[in-house]
Amino acid sequence: MATSRSLLRSDRSASLLLRRKVTDRMATGLSWLAMLIVVCVLGSILWTLLKNGLAGLSINLFTHSMAAPGQNGGLANAIMGSILQTGLAILLGTPAGLLTGIYLAEYGTNSVLARTMRFVSDMLLSAPSILIGLFIYMVLVAPLGHFSGFAGSLALAILAMPIVVRTTEDMLYLVPVAMREAGIALGAPKWRVILFICLRAARGGILTGVLLAVARVAGETAPLLFTSLGNSEWSVDMNRPMASLPVAIYQYAGSPYQDWMQQAWTGALLVTLGVLVINIVVRVGTRGGRT
Amino acid sequence: MEISARQPLPATKKNHPAGGVHTADPFFRMLVMATGIGVLVVLGAIIGVMAVGGWKAFAVFGPEFLISAVWNPVTQHFGAAAPVFGTIVSSAMALVVAVPLAFGTAFWLAALAPPAAAAFIGMAVQLLAAVPSIIFGMWGFFVVVPLVAHYVQPTARHLFGHVPGLSALVAGAPFGTGLFTASLILAIMITPSITAVMRDVFVSMPTVLRESAYGLGATRWEVMRNVVLPWSRQGVIGAVVLGMGRAMGETMAVTFVIGDSNHIGWSLFAPANTIASLIALEFPESSAGSLKLASLMALGAILMAISFLTLWFSRWLLARGQKAAGG
Repeated sequence: MATSRSLLRSDRSASLLLRRKVTDRMATGLSWLAMLIVVCVLGSILWTLLKNGLAGLSINLFTHSMAAPGQNGGLANAIMGSILQTGLAILLGTPAGLLTGIYLAEYGTNSVLARTMRFVSDMLLSAPSILIGLFIYMVLVAPLGHFSGFAGSLALAILAMPIVVRTTEDMLYLVPVAMREAGIALGAPKWRVILFICLRAARGGILTGVLLAVARVAGETAPLLFTSLGNSEWSVDMNRPMASLPVAIYQYAGSPYQDWMQQAWTGALLVTLGVLVINIVVRVGTRGGRT
Repeated sequence: MEISARQPLPATKKNHPAGGVHTADPFFRMLVMATGIGVLVVLGAIIGVMAVGGWKAFAVFGPEFLISAVWNPVTQHFGAAAPVFGTIVSSAMALVVAVPLAFGTAFWLAALAPPAAAAFIGMAVQLLAAVPSIIFGMWGFFVVVPLVAHYVQPTARHLFGHVPGLSALVAGAPFGTGLFTASLILAIMITPSITAVMRDVFVSMPTVLRESAYGLGATRWEVMRNVVLPWSRQGVIGAVVLGMGRAMGETMAVTFVIGDSNHIGWSLFAPANTIASLIALEFPESSAGSLKLASLMALGAILMAISFLTLWFSRWLLARGQKAAGG
């Protein structure tokens, strides 16, 4: 009697153990599957870009401006436009983001104003980028009556700024109090302590944020559609419509012409490689810095 | 000794020129504060411009703007229902695909992966998040759309085409573009960011809790299901809502594959539209001051309102999750 009951119990516990084991194996298997799917998708995107884009990589691409199909055009003006617009956006967005980040970390900390700003900056960070383009169109392009590279830069600057705000604030919090105290003890005023001690100590992290902002805005298309519009000719005049790589890709990818399609893929390859290289540099750089 | 005695003197002299300190400090404070307020003003201006720009549409069509599915530039009649429908349905479907994928990947990264592999794959996932959205659009258009047109939709029709109730979902010609493809691309785009937040939430759990569960003989899945998930529920939901917010505002990837058609229907494979893609596609053809432009601005205002609500909600959930973690 006793033996049969204990046998029964061990039987039941064995089946429970089996069920638990099977569930665990299934969950583990599905988890591996999910990871593999994500990795395969990334692989497929990179593979597609390399396969279709490498063929169009030539000197011509970097030396000729966009041209009609069959005219042996390149992407030089789009590349230049992207560099100019992204560069100006970073030049405008970085100081604004830096100063706001300093306010949040050093002066505002937990005041109502600072908390509002923090929330607003997060909202800007996640606001649909096409709405930023729409906004700049309404306040700058429509009143002035013409699209311009400057308008495009401004839209990108609004997108870059919150990233710099966030990283500046986070990095300033990491600066040890002892360093500030040392600065104050030497008789330095607060602004000098912030600018020359705290910012200097945090510059690595802030630079990371700026690079991430570059990577983010360099690939943006939607806000440029209504602001800098695109331009098929070579132009470095910020006050005129200006070409950019993402907009050129958008135009070319939707076209029926073989050579435009080829250039769209090559342009996409260039943008993606640029963005990925920046991201890899940032991640490898920060990992090396911390450990 | 000699150095330390001499050193502070010049520094003190240098830093106290008459009045210098007293004027520079408040000035700097004002400068950083003014810049911060400038950020507030920018957002306020964005909301204001959208509201003012879209006012005409609401004034002309009234509340009917929100429920009308008509978008007809010829008769000058515009309604928001179709793009709003497309936005909500595509984001919801994207979540259905993305959440299990993201959860599985985060579980793998947090519990199953060997450390070196976790670092590598974790970086790969984050790189996926950094790929510009127009690239997803191109990839979707040239790789995913043919796959859907040639394999997925015919198979779905073969399987469900004769089942009452389900047949409407798979109806339509096999274009490859449409709600289904757009949702798939959106899912792929938001999976990395959801994964990243989920992984952070899982990893931030005190190791003691997990170890004690293992000590009691729990399997890895049981630890995840009964210890980690309940503990990090708020954070996980916050991550999901954050992903949804991104999906709703995404423009370029969707514009490539959604097929651009303003209608509301049951079919997953029929061309549709979202607010963002409609703005991207129609804006260049709307003249300044026109009713069409006002309607697009009104749609922008609606999109802004939706995305802010989701952001606010996800932040609230994430903050609650963090409070639970601290307590």
